[in-house]
Amino acid sequence: MSASPSSSSGGLAKAILRKPLVIGSGLVLIAIIVLAILAPLLSPYDPNVSDLASVLAPRSPEHLLGGDGSGRDVLSRLLWGARLSLLAGLIATVTAIVLGVPTGLVAGYRQGAVDAVGSWISDVLMSIPGIVALLVVVAAFGTSMPPTMIALGVLMAPGFFRLTRATVVSVRGELYIDAAKVAGLSGFRITFKHILAVVITPILIQASLTAGVAIIVQSGLGFLGIGDPLVPSWGSMVNDAYRNNSMAPQLVLWPGLAIGITVAALALLGSGISDVLNRTGSGASSKAAKGARKAVLVKDAQRPASEAVESRLVVENLRVAYPVADGLKEVVHGVSLEVKRGECLGIVGESGSGKSQSAFAVLGLLPSDAVRTADRVQLEEVDLLKVGRRAFDKVRATRIAYIPQDPMSNLDPAYTVGAQIVETIRAHEKVSRADAKARARDLLEQVGINDPDRTLAAYPHEISGGMAQRVLIAIAVSCNPEYIVADEPTTALDVTVQAEVLALLRRLQEARDLGVILVTHNLGVVADICDRVAVMKDGEIIETADVFELFADPQHPYTKELLGSTLSGSEPRSRVGDRAPAGSASETPATEGEER
Amino acid sequence: MLRYTLVKLVTAAILVAVVSTLTFFMLYGANSDPVTTMLGETATAEQIAAREAELGLDRPVGEQFASWVTAALHGDLGTSWSNRQPVAETLAARVPVTLGLAILAIIVSAVIGIALGVAAARFRGWVDVLLQVVVIVGFALPAFWFATLLSTTFGLQLGWFPALGYIKPSESIGGWLSTVTLPVLALAAGVAAAIAQQVRNSVIDVERRDFVRALTSRGIGSRRILLAHTLRNAAPAALTVISVQFIGLLGGAIIVENIFALPGLGALAIDATTLGDVPVVMGVMLVTVLIVVVVNLALDLIQGVINPKARVR
Amino acid sequence: MTRPEILLQVTDLRVEFGSRRWGKKPFVAVDGMSIEVPQGRTLGVVGESGSGKSTLGRAILGLAPIAGGTITFDGRDITRPMPRQRRALSSELQVVFQDPYSSLNPALTIESILAEPLVAGGMSMSDARTRIAGLLDLVALPKDSLSRLPREFSGGQRQRIAIARAMARDPRLVVCDEATSALDLSTQARVIDLLLDIQEQTGVSYLFITHDLDVVRHMSDEIVVVNRGRIVERGAAERVVTDPQEEYTKRLLAASPIPDPVAQRARRAAA
Repeated sequence: MSASPSSSSGGLAKAILRKPLVIGSGLVLIAIIVLAILAPLLSPYDPNVSDLASVLAPRSPEHLLGGDGSGRDVLSRLLWGARLSLLAGLIATVTAIVLGVPTGLVAGYRQGAVDAVGSWISDVLMSIPGIVALLVVVAAFGTSMPPTMIALGVLMAPGFFRLTRATVVSVRGELYIDAAKVAGLSGFRITFKHILAVVITPILIQASLTAGVAIIVQSGLGFLGIGDPLVPSWGSMVNDAYRNNSMAPQLVLWPGLAIGITVAALALLGSGISDVLNRTGSGASSKAAKGARKAVLVKDAQRPASEAVESRLVVENLRVAYPVADGLKEVVHGVSLEVKRGECLGIVGESGSGKSQSAFAVLGLLPSDAVRTADRVQLEEVDLLKVGRRAFDKVRATRIAYIPQDPMSNLDPAYTVGAQIVETIRAHEKVSRADAKARARDLLEQVGINDPDRTLAAYPHEISGGMAQRVLIAIAVSCNPEYIVADEPTTALDVTVQAEVLALLRRLQEARDLGVILVTHNLGVVADICDRVAVMKDGEIIETADVFELFADPQHPYTKELLGSTLSGSEPRSRVGDRAPAGSASETPATEGEER
Repeated sequence: MLRYTLVKLVTAAILVAVVSTLTFFMLYGANSDPVTTMLGETATAEQIAAREAELGLDRPVGEQFASWVTAALHGDLGTSWSNRQPVAETLAARVPVTLGLAILAIIVSAVIGIALGVAAARFRGWVDVLLQVVVIVGFALPAFWFATLLSTTFGLQLGWFPALGYIKPSESIGGWLSTVTLPVLALAAGVAAAIAQQVRNSVIDVERRDFVRALTSRGIGSRRILLAHTLRNAAPAALTVISVQFIGLLGGAIIVENIFALPGLGALAIDATTLGDVPVVMGVMLVTVLIVVVVNLALDLIQGVINPKARVR
Repeated sequence: MTRPEILLQVTDLRVEFGSRRWGKKPFVAVDGMSIEVPQGRTLGVVGESGSGKSTLGRAILGLAPIAGGTITFDGRDITRPMPRQRRALSSELQVVFQDPYSSLNPALTIESILAEPLVAGGMSMSDARTRIAGLLDLVALPKDSLSRLPREFSGGQRQRIAIARAMARDPRLVVCDEATSALDLSTQARVIDLLLDIQEQTGVSYLFITHDLDVVRHMSDEIVVVNRGRIVERGAAERVVTDPQEEYTKRLLAASPIPDPVAQRARRAAA
């Protein structure tokens, strides 16, 4: 149908097939399937023939696993039981997929009424207790296995429906689906080419879990004696073992192992596949990386304490590194800077330049796997490299505060705005809740919120982005800090709101004599508010200068290029690239720093 | 919040109605010949017809359904076909046993699961690996198998707990606990593992979110961040998995009750199923769905309290 | 200079969301916008978030529900085209989205991404390969990109791929929806150069949607300023930016900081 060339779903399949967990569990499953198929040839005895001499017989060359309570050969019953269990898993899983996946695709892609009806049916099915419903089916249709497993498949179809639907909903919002529509692809081809390819792997994972559940449920029914007594099943073997538990306690082991190994193999197969899908994160903790990390940290701990500085925040030779497969990868290479009280230092750079990493390093907010070293991070008399978490917590908010980039994601959605301001105040000062609240109200007025009482009672999702940024600024100044580190504080905002927030920052800085480190990529913001500017590129500061000097007479070629790239005052439709010195900023592929 | 509650109530009522209707038509419509099953193949046509008339089975299914609904709304669930006892009375005697077992099991699972999940998320490393192993084992080994093992080991061989039987909590709380300990353990093992897995994942998810870093930047202690913020935001996902697991646990209880000879819904349901005692099966289904609905309703309301966004919808 | 032929004409367009449920007022995203894009020219649409500027572009592309008004493309009414007509239109009307990360399917190679519009248009795979080689040239990407996946490229390079996809079938109009907004300053400059070069070579028209006044001024012949679903001001690019007539445009201009500390502080002092 589609003449598309090699797509990477092939690559993904290969990655999955290389994974030892997947290979191992896959081989176990194949072995079980082969044994089940060959059961008639392999089993030494007829599984249903009782031999009085073999009742509860111990293990022997004649009966490798002994005999059961009716004198039947345990090994033969085990092999035959595998047939029933696997068939049960297959019937239930296929039923669930056939019902759940197409409906999920349609519901997710079309939404509207189909989605509403489908979701409702799936909710209903999910609130029916499986075993009870199966008993109803048994009462209505008799004890044979296929109808109960089809019914189980129906009950488990919602799992596939929801999964498919959720995946489709998340994919259909992607711009590449829109691009495919604009490119003239029909809905059918979009579904198959773009959507089904994404859905297929989660479905495989879900299928392996569903088959496992079905095998367990079928054994449960067998254990209860529901099923054809002439068809051996693992469940009825557990029952037989249980009835003879005082005489032959070992009997319970074999069917238990059979069920356990089969279901565990299925579950591990599923989790092996999903590991490959979400291979982010966990790969970074190799032994080499751990060793390198430890070595750096030990060396750093032996550094002597540095002397106090007056009215300044000083950073010297700051380095930040992250563990990667073969050691550490440094993303900030020896940054030094300082900011006085009452001064605004801009750190400007493009994505991946390490500017945000530097800011987080100063605040002690790097992710836990990051390795930070420095000759000095000194907040006036406090050596921020030496303080422990508790002591650092005391400095935070009261002396150095943080204003983040995205206002919405930086407020806890579960608490009101007021509660979050009060929490910060009361973490540092012994004041009553009412006093803290009064102060919170005051702060909101100071940051220009007209209706502070309503905002105090509002949840974060009930206020606008600009308002949320004001709230975050209010929290930042709530405990009267001396320094503020602001990480792209206006990037997520519209220009008109940005102007208001910049004006607010400037006003607070002047009124409170704050030392501000402002991280941004926006040269307009730098020109508006900063006194001095540090330009960062590839993890290093390449130039630091007074703001007027920097714009008037940039020294470093990269600074020149950066300034040359602005379009403000440019000749319309001229080629910007011609004006900036070429070559110095060739586009480099996404680096780790950019992804973080 | 009131509107939210009302919507949830109406949805729950519709759900009960739909499930019981479906069940009724499956049991009374599809089951072609229940009386033959009951009386055996040797019964004569007259005997069968007489019995059918006695049970009202000669009427059209729609009419039978109408009278069942009318009676059910008055609390009358009919009479058992096998022992002629009123179904409602039988259920009333047995529901507390199953409910007590299931609720205790879900509480135990939730406590263990949340603690284990938080520990795995916090400390990662070997705790996390251990959790993964426990999750796979808990998933792969059926509760009924685990129950037979517990009954054999701790009941029969060691004699720490009774292997069979039941003592009402109204007679003796200690006695009740001793009779339900093994069943609860058997049920809770797998469920606790599943809850732990979900809690671990959602705690890790929440800890990656920006506001946790922002809270740290304000000097809020790490313990308070965990207890007041991370867990609160991880709670909705945990509650969802608890409600799903509770439904599965009710089914598991039916099997486990049989192993430990607890006089709950389990033995009733299985006997009724094998005997073809349709009114009892119908009653068991109705009452379990009711339990599920009530529990889900309670969890939904808790969800509404802790998650301000859920209320607005 | 003779006035070029009008390629796209949008008259009194209305787009509403969420009107399906009764009892709730629909959200009006576009409230009677009219625009014209002449052949070979660029019309800039500038506004803040929620202004309806992106919805306007999506409606023209058939990605948003149209509640009223008409859209004509080269004299044909395309307000509510049949699926077949919409597919035919895809050779003439294309798009470059803002986010170069989500606009390329992460599971497909660059070759299959670029082949998609060509194959959908009925081209054979071997012809498509020839065309794709030409496209890589056009956007200055190395030849060995074909078998690689989107995640192996930087943001700017991905945006070049998205531009190549849009240009695959020589469209006459490309909707650029914040096409440079997610890029770093120096990368943005190069992508803008590329778009201008392509326009010079092919005579394509752009509908250039952005929130960035500097970018829109640089790219466009004419500009419309939108706010709350309505057009508040329109005119020649230079005129709108240097001599705004409407209050909102003035506010927008005043809010956007000038990347020059002397000028910016002078303006702030004057305000």
